[in-house]
Amino acid sequence: MFKEIKLLFTNRALIQELVKKGIRLKYRNSFLGIIWSLFEPVLSITTMVIVFGTLFGHKEPEFILYVACGRLLFSFFSEGTLSACNSVRNNAELIKKVYIPNLFFPVSEILWRFIVFLISLIVLVPLIIIFRIKITVNIFLAFIALALLFILTLSMGIILSIVNVYFRDVEFLWKVITTIIMYLSAVFYYPNAILESDWGFLLNCNPFFSILQLFRVGVSCAEFSPWFIWYPLIFSILLSALSLLFYYFNHRKLILYV
Amino acid sequence: MPDNNTTPSVVVSDLGIQLYLGRNHSAYLKDTLLDTLKGQRPEHRQKFWALRNISFTLYPGDRLAILGTNGSGKSTLLKAISDIYTPNEGYIEKHGTLAPLLELGAGFNSYYNAVENIYLYGTILGYSRSFLSERINEIITFAELEDFADVPIKNYSSGMRSRLGFAICTSINPDILILDEVFAVGDAKFRKKSEERLMKIINDKTTVLFVSHSLELVQNICNKGLILQKGKPVALGEIDETVSCYKKLIGIENPEKKVNV
Repeated sequence: MFKEIKLLFTNRALIQELVKKGIRLKYRNSFLGIIWSLFEPVLSITTMVIVFGTLFGHKEPEFILYVACGRLLFSFFSEGTLSACNSVRNNAELIKKVYIPNLFFPVSEILWRFIVFLISLIVLVPLIIIFRIKITVNIFLAFIALALLFILTLSMGIILSIVNVYFRDVEFLWKVITTIIMYLSAVFYYPNAILESDWGFLLNCNPFFSILQLFRVGVSCAEFSPWFIWYPLIFSILLSALSLLFYYFNHRKLILYV
Repeated sequence: MPDNNTTPSVVVSDLGIQLYLGRNHSAYLKDTLLDTLKGQRPEHRQKFWALRNISFTLYPGDRLAILGTNGSGKSTLLKAISDIYTPNEGYIEKHGTLAPLLELGAGFNSYYNAVENIYLYGTILGYSRSFLSERINEIITFAELEDFADVPIKNYSSGMRSRLGFAICTSINPDILILDEVFAVGDAKFRKKSEERLMKIINDKTTVLFVSHSLELVQNICNKGLILQKGKPVALGEIDETVSCYKKLIGIENPEKKVNV
């Protein structure tokens, strides 16, 4: 177990190479390269703001920032977990030929997506400047949120990558589940009405919702609650421990199933 | 003969590897959950021994040929030694750096060009970046790809691809070399060149495990032989004895085949 984790560090070169491969292949043939990764979220954020802003009657500029945070964080979470889910299976031919610890695939997949995601956060800067949103010391909460999001996505990705080797339909099930998580995360609406209703627990039980709110507190477009720190913190720690245990008990068997 | 005071480079002791057949087994979570709800216990996967009771010891300089018909467990044995399969019985001990040359080019990315693939595949095989930078020109020259180094390899012919794979794999001097049918690479000219290159990296301290159906080649390279049949060892000994034993064995097994050929 610890040997495998140590391997991740001693074999940094391979992780680096796999991370580079992910980024390079994604932006290889696009004219603007990695800059293109900014246009796609801008387009979908604009659409969301027009549709839901009109629908719910939100005219204030904070709503744009609010939706932008939701869209950016959620797409990292959903794309990251989904691509990690397929990562071991996609490399089946390779791991049948050369010994590579299976952990390398979800880890490198999530790492390169995290780097692209961090770059895409640049989208928020003009919004903060244009709407003169006050950035306070709370900004450190946004960094905590990013760290928690990384741990949550990585642990979930590791578990999914293993389960998906045993059961091929996990990939499709997970797509259904991420859609449900999206609706239960207040990506494009203010959560107050739901939190005050009897259904509030649905949002509060969702660790992604808390991480997203914590990030929004960091950029001054949501109100703070201690729950947003403690719940995802405990959840992420438990989930990462679980994912490593799960990995430990399964990683040598996967080769027989891929 | 290597003297017995040196530490062995490969020790395989009573090795057994079980693989799954996957017959009548659903790979879907939905089916498995439904079966559980209906009260049916999920069927256990059928297992079989792909290898059993394999034992041998190789010292530096030993070159072992593994002979056997298709499906006899040759590749499984090489994969177990390369750490891909974990033994279900017995154990494997290795001393020294190991280079597995199982099916060339498995780690290639088809959208990458030759140079990028050398770094990617080389890193997968465990070589450092600086090591690869030093050898990159030599690898491309050997693979005869000077004019195509910046072309994505999806546009390569299969021969070009395996030449590149071979050139990367053989650009090192490992202590233990694992070869699985790597000679079926390229045209006659390249084949000759690759045989020479291989002979160069095999020195008197290299331990080689070699699978090939070319008995002539096997007799040229190896000094020991192991015959496998349905995962069990049939014979282990000096190469000439094993090869003649193997010839007798397949001759007796398939008398019609001999007539056809």
